[in-house]
Amino acid sequence: MVNDSVYDALVEIVGEDYASNQPEELFMYSMDMVTEGPRKVDYVAIPRTTEQVQKIVRMANERRIPIVPMGGSQNLAGLCLPVQGGIVLDMKRMDRIVEVNRMGRYAIIEAGVTQGALGSYLEKHYPDLEHSRPECPPAATIIGNLLIRGHGHLSLRHGNNAEMINSMEVVLPTGDICNIGSSSVSSYWFCKGPLPELSGLFMGWLGTTGVVTKLSLKLYPKRKLIDVTGFEVNNPDLLPDVLYRITYTDIVENLFLYGAVPVEGGDVPQYITITITGDTEEDLEYKRNVFRRVARESSEGNNQVEFMEVVPEFFKDRLVEKPPYVSSALTADFDKGGGFRYCAAILPVEKIPEAWRRGIELSHKHGVPFLTGVQLLGYCHSAMFGFVYTFNRADESSIERMEAALDEANKTTLEMGGLLWHPELKGQKQMLDKMDPNTYELIQRIKETLDPNGIMNPGNWSK
Amino acid sequence: MSDVDYKELVHRCFRCGFCKLTYDYSPVGYNCPMYHRFRMETYSPGGLNWLIRAALINHDIEWSEHLSEILYSCSACGNCVESCRFEFGEHLLNNFIAVREEILETQLPVPKMIRKFLENVYLYGNSYREARSARGDWAEGTDIKEFDKNDEYLYYVGCVGSYDACSRKAARALGEVLQKAGVSFGIMGEKEECDGNEVRLLGEQGLFEHQREKNVELFREAGVKKIVTLSPHSYNAFKNHYADEFEVFHYTQLLRDLIASGKLNVSGGYEATVTYHDPCFLGRHNGEYDAPREILEAIPGINFVEMERNRSNAFCCGGGSANFYTGISAKGKDQASNARVREAYETGATVLAVACPICMLMLEDAVKTEQLEDQIQIKDISEIILASLSH
Repeated sequence: MVNDSVYDALVEIVGEDYASNQPEELFMYSMDMVTEGPRKVDYVAIPRTTEQVQKIVRMANERRIPIVPMGGSQNLAGLCLPVQGGIVLDMKRMDRIVEVNRMGRYAIIEAGVTQGALGSYLEKHYPDLEHSRPECPPAATIIGNLLIRGHGHLSLRHGNNAEMINSMEVVLPTGDICNIGSSSVSSYWFCKGPLPELSGLFMGWLGTTGVVTKLSLKLYPKRKLIDVTGFEVNNPDLLPDVLYRITYTDIVENLFLYGAVPVEGGDVPQYITITITGDTEEDLEYKRNVFRRVARESSEGNNQVEFMEVVPEFFKDRLVEKPPYVSSALTADFDKGGGFRYCAAILPVEKIPEAWRRGIELSHKHGVPFLTGVQLLGYCHSAMFGFVYTFNRADESSIERMEAALDEANKTTLEMGGLLWHPELKGQKQMLDKMDPNTYELIQRIKETLDPNGIMNPGNWSK
Repeated sequence: MSDVDYKELVHRCFRCGFCKLTYDYSPVGYNCPMYHRFRMETYSPGGLNWLIRAALINHDIEWSEHLSEILYSCSACGNCVESCRFEFGEHLLNNFIAVREEILETQLPVPKMIRKFLENVYLYGNSYREARSARGDWAEGTDIKEFDKNDEYLYYVGCVGSYDACSRKAARALGEVLQKAGVSFGIMGEKEECDGNEVRLLGEQGLFEHQREKNVELFREAGVKKIVTLSPHSYNAFKNHYADEFEVFHYTQLLRDLIASGKLNVSGGYEATVTYHDPCFLGRHNGEYDAPREILEAIPGINFVEMERNRSNAFCCGGGSANFYTGISAKGKDQASNARVREAYETGATVLAVACPICMLMLEDAVKTEQLEDQIQIKDISEIILASLSH
């Protein structure tokens, strides 16, 4: 056995069972769920405590070894694959739900707590509370989603999930443990406080500024009843106005757009699904009546907006599913090939019709199926328009077509004035190329201040 | 041979991770025992799929001792089949068995303890390398007799119940209960052979067929028509992988009916708070969740409580697919059985009821290593019934 002092140090910190430099683990952590990778990994370590994370980071900082923190690694963009080798820090063993404060409506969780675990824990012990669930498998970690500024089913009313953070604990690249928000002053992790807003130093930075080990997340009231209603819109150009009218009602829980690719050109109906909740059937019926009125008002003069009196089971299954998280994952088997990727375009709502048509063109051009998932974020503040491309892992040509379409969808998004949500390396570079040089410079200066030795996920957000 | 071509399926796995969880995403913990134990992505059903593709199809990684250990760490509990939401999920476990078949057929190196287990079964008819002549010793001092053609049931005990000191208590208790219920039965004693369930799971199809042929011949010669098994593993093998000519029961099914018909009087009662651990090869693999519960609920004095992970969401003890013997994933304080015992203890139960000799030995060990011996006892359901008869 070759002497490997880094491996020995990791074993000393986390124990032999939870550190590896074996080819099997290095292979597994060099590939993510989609087509990024393989990228060289030198070590895998699975810490159980913040102190273990601290020791690993200190050791890596001393030796100038890159560290890549990883949650569920379900970002579909290779963000947990090292660009310059080093240690992958699999955080899923830090899986404790530390506290739920019912009155203050927040939960303190460790970095490895999954979406499924917190959801079912709340359902059992705090049935009147819920967290904002993203469209991802239940094995995805909550903190992973927050750190990429993810969104969830409550993001229409409460903003993206990163805005639901109260307070957190971070291991800085130098190994210092730092509390952010109220936990820096108080034993209550209940707000960011009237303090300088530091949590932003870790949101959207893709693990390049530190390792978030613990976090307080806002919870929200969970109503007893849920249902789906919606509109059929026969002209995509009407969508922005209809969405504006819908959000004006201020009674929408969640909103998606669905549509199909026209077979021979032209437009096809767009379906707007509106999730509504309430404590009684009367609550729901009141909301349905409001949307019946909105549909009538929206269709005046065009007759192209209809209220869906009968919502197709497909939508109900997807949006009211119990347990949740299933439908979106099933996209991966669309081609019976084990995967899909998507360009997650954060767009101005007015760009939805254009994105729709350009997406169809891209799909025809590259010979890939056109699937979309469009979720409204905020009160028309933005929309997450997913250009979704499935592929067959066993068919290289299908992967090539998917990657070409994805690349062009990224460019199209930026051309339309949109942003790429949690972009893969290539997408990051496309964004940085368009970025104000002073902004880029500021990012680099902050990064260098926090991480003087450049050990945290180097290669990301970097030209 | 498995009828599944794993090469057509493994690339469809997305590694989304449903397979690691319970169907309802219980926050108690990951429900795949090997992933629970090791926490490396390699040791998950999705990880196995990707490693299989990398090693045996794409040849991205070389065969190694470590890889072999990973592929044999799965306890075949079936949680992945239950929890995977994809159409191909039903084939996950059969895929892993098919791969193990190929590993053995192509003579790739397998872990030493796997080789030893298979050799033991081949040479000694049992997994423990114990003398065949000692197989019926568990029944010494009882009136339990050898099966003859006038008996209604063959009581098949299996390797673990025959040789493991702890599980022998369950074997004897069941024998005694059957006697007290007036069931016409006998045992094979030293003629009994390994049922081959674990051998099949390990991919040694030839040896499994050998065991099956020997057993079927033995049963036919003896005039066996009905079999009642102590072990769900034997039940699974006989019911699903042997000829249809034998009517097979797990003992909880038979005893449930005897209690319901009044032939078995449990009115003596059993004063304890009891929880029940579903054995994978009775529950997930064969859908029998009710019989053990109906028995426990029929016994006066039992305060029955469920663990959070129960029925099809039950957490495996980690001993299946020969792990009880090889210890590949059943080792150390983080192994599944330790977590399961803690979960049982947290219900407030003072008795953890089991219906499988492998679960029994795994959980007995775990109670000791968790230092919970004074707080919770592991009891086979047959022992509980026996105690409720003898008051």
